[in-house]
Amino acid sequence: MHCVCVLPSGSSEPRRQDRVTVDNNNMGLLSDPNRRRALLGLLTRLNAPICVVCYMAGVAWFMGLAFEPFTLRTYMSENAMGSTMVEERFPAGERALATGREFAAHKKKTGGMPVDWLVRTMQARGLEVFTQSFSRTLPFPDENKERYMVKGTNVYGILRAPRAPRTEALVLSAPCSPGDENNQAVGLLLGLAQYFRNQIFLAKDVIFLVNEHDLIGMQAWLEGYHHTNTTGMDWSPLQGRGGSIQAALSLELSSDIITSLDLVLEGLNGQLPNLDLANLFYAFCQKIGVLCTIQGKLQRNDWDSVSGYSHAVQTMMLMVMKQASGRPWGDHGLFLRYHIEAATIKGINSFRQYKTDATTIGRLLEGMYRKLNNLLERLHQSYFFYLMPSLSHFVSIGYYMPAFGLLAVILLLRALDLWVQLMTPPPRTEDGVIDIEQSSPGVLSVLTPLVISHLTGVALYMLPVRFQEMAVEHFPVSETEAVVLTAIAVYTAGLALPHNTHRLLAGEGDGAGLAGAEAGRGALPGRAVGLHRPHQLLPGLHPGSHPGARGRLRHTSRPKGFVGFHLGHPQPGLHAPLFRVFLPRATGNARQLPGWLGALPFRHLAGHPGPRAVRLSGLPTDRPVGLSLLAALLEHPLLEVDASQAGL
Amino acid sequence: VCFSARSMATTAYLLSITENVKYYLLIFLVTPFALIKKKQKQKKQTRALPVKMAAPLTLLLLVAVTVRAALFRSCLTELIAERVEVVSPLTAWKRGKGAPATPLIIYLFHFLVDYAEVTFMLADVITAVALYMAVADYNKQVFRKQKYALEADRYPLDCLELIRSPKEMYYIPLKVAMFYLLNPFTILCCVAKSTCGLNNAIIALFILTTIKGSVLLSAIFLSLATYQSIYPLTLCAPALLYLMQRQYIPVNFRRFSFWWFIAQYAFMYLGSLFVLVCLSFFLLGSWDYLPSVYGFILSVPDLTPNIGLFWYFFAEMFEHFRLFFLCVFQINVFFYTIPLSVKLKEHPVFLIFMQLAVISIFKSYPTVGDIALYMAFIPVWNHLHRFLRNIFLVSCVLLACSALFPVLWHLWIYAGSANSNFYYAITLLFNVAQILLVSDYFYAFLRREHHLTYGLYLKRKDGSEATLVLK
Repeated sequence: MHCVCVLPSGSSEPRRQDRVTVDNNNMGLLSDPNRRRALLGLLTRLNAPICVVCYMAGVAWFMGLAFEPFTLRTYMSENAMGSTMVEERFPAGERALATGREFAAHKKKTGGMPVDWLVRTMQARGLEVFTQSFSRTLPFPDENKERYMVKGTNVYGILRAPRAPRTEALVLSAPCSPGDENNQAVGLLLGLAQYFRNQIFLAKDVIFLVNEHDLIGMQAWLEGYHHTNTTGMDWSPLQGRGGSIQAALSLELSSDIITSLDLVLEGLNGQLPNLDLANLFYAFCQKIGVLCTIQGKLQRNDWDSVSGYSHAVQTMMLMVMKQASGRPWGDHGLFLRYHIEAATIKGINSFRQYKTDATTIGRLLEGMYRKLNNLLERLHQSYFFYLMPSLSHFVSIGYYMPAFGLLAVILLLRALDLWVQLMTPPPRTEDGVIDIEQSSPGVLSVLTPLVISHLTGVALYMLPVRFQEMAVEHFPVSETEAVVLTAIAVYTAGLALPHNTHRLLAGEGDGAGLAGAEAGRGALPGRAVGLHRPHQLLPGLHPGSHPGARGRLRHTSRPKGFVGFHLGHPQPGLHAPLFRVFLPRATGNARQLPGWLGALPFRHLAGHPGPRAVRLSGLPTDRPVGLSLLAALLEHPLLEVDASQAGL
Repeated sequence: VCFSARSMATTAYLLSITENVKYYLLIFLVTPFALIKKKQKQKKQTRALPVKMAAPLTLLLLVAVTVRAALFRSCLTELIAERVEVVSPLTAWKRGKGAPATPLIIYLFHFLVDYAEVTFMLADVITAVALYMAVADYNKQVFRKQKYALEADRYPLDCLELIRSPKEMYYIPLKVAMFYLLNPFTILCCVAKSTCGLNNAIIALFILTTIKGSVLLSAIFLSLATYQSIYPLTLCAPALLYLMQRQYIPVNFRRFSFWWFIAQYAFMYLGSLFVLVCLSFFLLGSWDYLPSVYGFILSVPDLTPNIGLFWYFFAEMFEHFRLFFLCVFQINVFFYTIPLSVKLKEHPVFLIFMQLAVISIFKSYPTVGDIALYMAFIPVWNHLHRFLRNIFLVSCVLLACSALFPVLWHLWIYAGSANSNFYYAITLLFNVAQILLVSDYFYAFLRREHHLTYGLYLKRKDGSEATLVLK
């Protein structure tokens, strides 16, 4: 590399040509100053339009993904599962349903998991049967009843592989759900166990698992199987194990006859199993002739019509939303964390003309397990990141990332614009003196909001759960409320702080600015207030109930159903209109409220139904965006802020 | 109860401080050293860096040691020590079979194994202080040179904007120390007890002794650095150039004094290397360590993923091409020395920066600690910022990649849903960003020098504005 001063003038045309070609061969765009300048000029001048175009293009690209001609057909990538023909012979659907009814009867009799019956039945089918008991204290009481401690038992039977060393295993699980659900699934599971017992082709152990309490039981079993403990659950160690689990299916059937089978793929944190598992399911549904759905939506052939396209978009968007929620949408979701490909198969009975009986489902499962049994290594050939607009088509990561990239590049473009603005020399005033104060904001002004926002994030992440126990111990709030209220406190502080920072940095004189900011901070239910003096945030709390209480709370008026209060000295400009905050309805952990609080809206703590309004004054904004966002984050339907109630 | 909890937390913190007293003692041992140097300088020079700077440096060291001590006490230590970005098989504290350490390091930790944490912190502190002093000295020389050039009227008139003022150079040494000590990469490296920190300390001492003009010490530290990992060998070129410049020996192949100086330096270097190698032999009683350590570095048998370029390439390659591509890859580190030395023979310190960067990009088992060392030099080139072109983009890419490393690692190794391609893509991007960063600095440096000779506002022959192009 040489640094050369090139003097390309209009007179020397050949030389200019030469230069351009050389640049093309070298680093091109990044090294040619003329083109760089042109590009930068374009980016800064047309920044907003380019960003809008990028945004539109990103959204359009994403929406286009659901259009069938733009997607790929699913195909089986794994050779071990693709080439072998399997003939399914499972005959005993009716008997499986009978077993399911027997299971239902025993379940009703014991009022939970019929452990003894299951152990006996599995043993009678020739399995090695083990049980695992587990218990977990829940952080929140259940919606229906106060169920702090969940106790349960998992029952599983291992069918040892007759043909191979027992180094690998497959799992078939069915949850033991309360009520009349999933009895047929357990019946079919037992029927398949009996059928597989008599087959000679199995080269992998098959583990038949009936788990209690859905995800909790499944997590306990998986932790026990893999000797890990990530959730702090108490479980008894497993007495018997198979090999390393290669794949797992979770079965949910609630009726004798079904119309279609639904495939659920979304696992914990949006993780997906290998696409080959979905391909396998789809291939067998096609072969056996069972209607299959994904996201509960049938596949349609009219992709070129508007309704057909919107159907595909809906299916795909449902998958995106389910992944974004982060929670497992079936018991299979927890397997994925242990690097086990898993899916849930749900029977749907929607009274259509297509009817599928238990024998057919059994044959389908048999076929899938026989193919999985052929696996030489874990499923890895196909995609792990995909979206499915229908079961027969998929969008791989290579197709949907450009849409994300187009959206993400906007951030970079905006930042680039700001950067270029910073880099351009500051305008000189008439005296020829550069106004340094204006042109270069100090490090402090950049760092402070950054640090504050990160601190708020950390506080939001850590504090609600940390302070839950303490809050419940000292204040008449339930666990659920403690978390929500701490989050509100942190968030309110977050709303207050940028304002103060601005004042601090704008510098209304050093001392005055600081004092003002301090006063403002004190006046608000800031983070510190929310954590150490929760009574200031909650009108229903007695200040004396906390050692850190200060005499800031002034009870100006106490009409029924309404508390107006000022926190500290009112700051002009800080007071937004009054808000109405509906606190979540709490049922559990009711406490007796002290004295005068009886007249206050916090009465609902004592078990009264329905959301009640509590008015909080002094929230430093008139936009309720923040709090409703918080509500959405917490998935708490009852927490809402209604700005229209202002001035009541 | 809340208050008691808080007071308990405070007490715990105080306890942890008292527990960490030994680390603070260490600082107080080191800082007077720096202080004394400062005082001596002030006597000699009017525009010397003032004593006042020692206080911020002490504070910086305190903060750095506190952060490290806190991290050593936290539960993150194990996690960090396992990260492939932070430790390579060559520098890891816990090693598997076949991952070698040089005999002297093993011997050193034979005594210091109980004080490993202190040792690594001390190494970081030494590196920072050495870089601080080296850069302070270098800046003084730069300033002196600039003064002579100004007095000789060598700069074009419109270049006054490019002249560096003592005011802007005042905080550079402190910034260098800060860039090294508070760089998350360095902190991670120290907490993981990666021997990379020790290598960095040796290289920093080498830089310091070179800049101070001590030929013997420079050769000794260079041989130590070479002994630790072969690659610092390429630093002998800038060292020679610098020392010759300092002793007014012209870089001329036909002059006897030139060859005589090279012979002297080579004798000292090879002599101390010989002593080190023999010492290792007497410690171990066999020569086995030579192939196992240096063979390990050169033939790259361990293909554990890291932030370098080797592992993926050699994992994918057919075995019979291996030797050829090994040569191609290894030659990268050494090859750039020649053109860079030719181009930068007037500016050996910038050459050191370039060489360190090239080593950290192209070496066989790079870790983030290597990157931290050359990144510490970035404040020294503050005056080049107006000529940098891609710094924003490059720093964005570097930041994004640093964040993506653990994410993609998790997806690949734990979740099993990504594969090695994802991780290698990020590795590649990270290295491309580093190369862009370094070439950007190179371009900016050359361009400034060009302007200092030909004037800031270049004109074409016909009088319109011209632009500089890097070819």
